[in-house]
Amino acid sequence: MAIEGVDLVKAAAMLGAGLAMGLGAIGPGVGEGMAAAKACEAIGRNPNEAGLLTRTMLVGQAVSESTGIYSLVVALLLLFVV
Amino acid sequence: MSYNIDTWLKLAAYTGGGLAIGLGSIGAAIGEGHTAAQANQAISRRPDLSGEVFKSMLVGQAIAESAAIFALVVSLVLLFTTPANATFATVWALLAAGLSIGLGAIGSGVGAGFPAAEACKGMVHQPSVSKRLTTNMLIGSAVCQTPSIFALVIAFILLYTDTTSSPVWPTWAALFGAGLSAGLSAIGAGFGSGLVAGASCEGIARQPRSAGTVTNSMLLGQAITQTTAIYGLLIAFILLFKPYQASEAIAPAMALIGAGLCMGLGAIGPGIGEGVTAQSAIKWIARNPTEVGVITRSMLVGMAVAESTGIYSMVIALILLFVV
Repeated sequence: MAIEGVDLVKAAAMLGAGLAMGLGAIGPGVGEGMAAAKACEAIGRNPNEAGLLTRTMLVGQAVSESTGIYSLVVALLLLFVV
Repeated sequence: MSYNIDTWLKLAAYTGGGLAIGLGSIGAAIGEGHTAAQANQAISRRPDLSGEVFKSMLVGQAIAESAAIFALVVSLVLLFTTPANATFATVWALLAAGLSIGLGAIGSGVGAGFPAAEACKGMVHQPSVSKRLTTNMLIGSAVCQTPSIFALVIAFILLYTDTTSSPVWPTWAALFGAGLSAGLSAIGAGFGSGLVAGASCEGIARQPRSAGTVTNSMLLGQAITQTTAIYGLLIAFILLFKPYQASEAIAPAMALIGAGLCMGLGAIGPGIGEGVTAQSAIKWIARNPTEVGVITRSMLVGMAVAESTGIYSMVIALILLFVV
């Protein structure tokens, strides 16, 4: 079986896309979970501020989501552009 | 140097068998050790309750052990059975079966240790609720085992799959990817649901009156924590049962392994993160049961956002499977 350069590059892009999104999803998942955990704790302590706390939680989670979105973008670039 | 298929089958079966029980023992050992540590501490506080604590420690450890027993079974099957109608794809299937249950048993083993440990601790704080605590621990640790059961199902399908009618290339990659997807995706879900179950045992011991609410919230939290393991199972099933066209190219095979890796790794983070969220929510539902609605709502919103990267991983895995 002759290995062609184009095929090999494409294979690396496929595997790379999988690794990029797979590994990139770990951090945001754990981090957003921690943000939500502290928000639940804070609401448990002070239920009157639930609205404010949920808003802060969502903003914090959105920021920590960003690296997950970078991974998604890189994975899509590897799949369709490169 | 030339090897026939039987040599390769033996090589894969022995490597897979070693990986299955080697990786699969990690989680259960840590979980049971944690349980024993907390049981010792509990007994030192109330030596008169040592009988109760000892019993619940053993029951909790027995459940935590089950994930490692699944790995042992797969390992023994790999060592002592020779697959019929083997092709070179079967070689990879045997290796993948070992990896699937080996990786898949890690999370459930560690996770099932948390409820057992908290039940032992809670029993000495509130000896009157020890029955309720044991029931809750049993439910919680049983649910922790489901991700490892998903991995076991995939491992068994891989062990007994018939590959004679499908092309070796790229089927081997699909089988290997299926094992990775089911095995890796079980790690986060098993660990996360253990955190949830641990928090609920601690909560019941602290506030026995909130027991019903706490058990319900635990089940809700565990169910959502395990969604990413279900995505992993789904991708594994698609990889196993999708028909493939014979192709000598490397790229389609790597796309299949990439899909398995992407879904498997991508499920770890959301599983752990959602577990941490539900753990904290349940802790505070137990302390403040009147606010269960508000806390559950923010738990669900938080978990949904933490789930998003798991969904991105599934999307990329599906693109790798069906589009490129």
